[in-house]
Amino acid sequence: MNIGVLVFPGSNCDHDCEHVFKDVLGQDVTMVWHKEHSLSGLDAVVVPGGFSYGDYLRTGAIARFSPVMNALQSFSAAGGLVLGICNGFQILLEAGLLPGVMLRNASLHFICKDVCIKVESAATPFTGGCRSGQVLRIPIAHADGNYYTDPVTLASIQANAQVVFRYCTPDGRVTPDANPNGSLDNIAGIRNAQGNVLGMMPHPERCAESILGNEDGRLILASMVEGIRKTKPAHV
Amino acid sequence: MKAKIHVTLKQGILDPQGKAIEHALESLGFAKTGHVRVGKYIELDLAEEDKAKAALEVKSMCEKLLANTIIEDYRYDLQG
Repeated sequence: MNIGVLVFPGSNCDHDCEHVFKDVLGQDVTMVWHKEHSLSGLDAVVVPGGFSYGDYLRTGAIARFSPVMNALQSFSAAGGLVLGICNGFQILLEAGLLPGVMLRNASLHFICKDVCIKVESAATPFTGGCRSGQVLRIPIAHADGNYYTDPVTLASIQANAQVVFRYCTPDGRVTPDANPNGSLDNIAGIRNAQGNVLGMMPHPERCAESILGNEDGRLILASMVEGIRKTKPAHV
Repeated sequence: MKAKIHVTLKQGILDPQGKAIEHALESLGFAKTGHVRVGKYIELDLAEEDKAKAALEVKSMCEKLLANTIIEDYRYDLQG
């Protein structure tokens, strides 16, 4: 398995992703500078967190025009698995690979803390190792994670089961109090209609090994490795 | 030619920054202030001298990059 991790000026979770996929999950990892034009030879692509282009204009707004993003459009159109984490999620939204947009957190604060999220569907290539309804504890660290989209799009992503993670209480109740940032419908992560692109605000790469006291994130990243095995053509 | 572009949140989109400023103004004694909205102002020079062509160019810039039209509106003035 060769997993690409995109690197933009201002990415700062790229090496965390590299570490987990390589050292914890035993996969090959290729760091891909944003000026690259090709993603050939990769089995999946991670768009990591950070502050690409200093969050200038809007989060992800400038990164989405980096040369590698054209290649990412083709990669995802061909069915390749793409995971966007935090700023990576924001970039995928700006690029139109996922529907919606991020507003400033309702509290206006940058929030950095563990939150609970509920796995709404285990039938995705990113959550195959989880149970539907399972509660994961994963840290968030963002100022713009207040998911918003128009009512028609929201209804359609709900109807298509595209909401993969919702902020919840430790016992799995999706309540307004469990929503850290004001996101519509407590949305913490969504996938595209085809199901091969996932964006999530929480950082699974920050809690994927026992030495850190929390391995919940590993469930998602290991599921993704397994998901690649299932979606990969047999001859490769 | 100079373009002066305003990008503002659409009506009905929550503006937490505007709310915070509104509350700050209230606490300063500006009690009758309401509906504070925060936007962006962008100024740029264009080589294009034809006003109609320049307007098309600026519109395209706004649609592609300067505004996210899911949540933002834009307007612009061309001068020179």
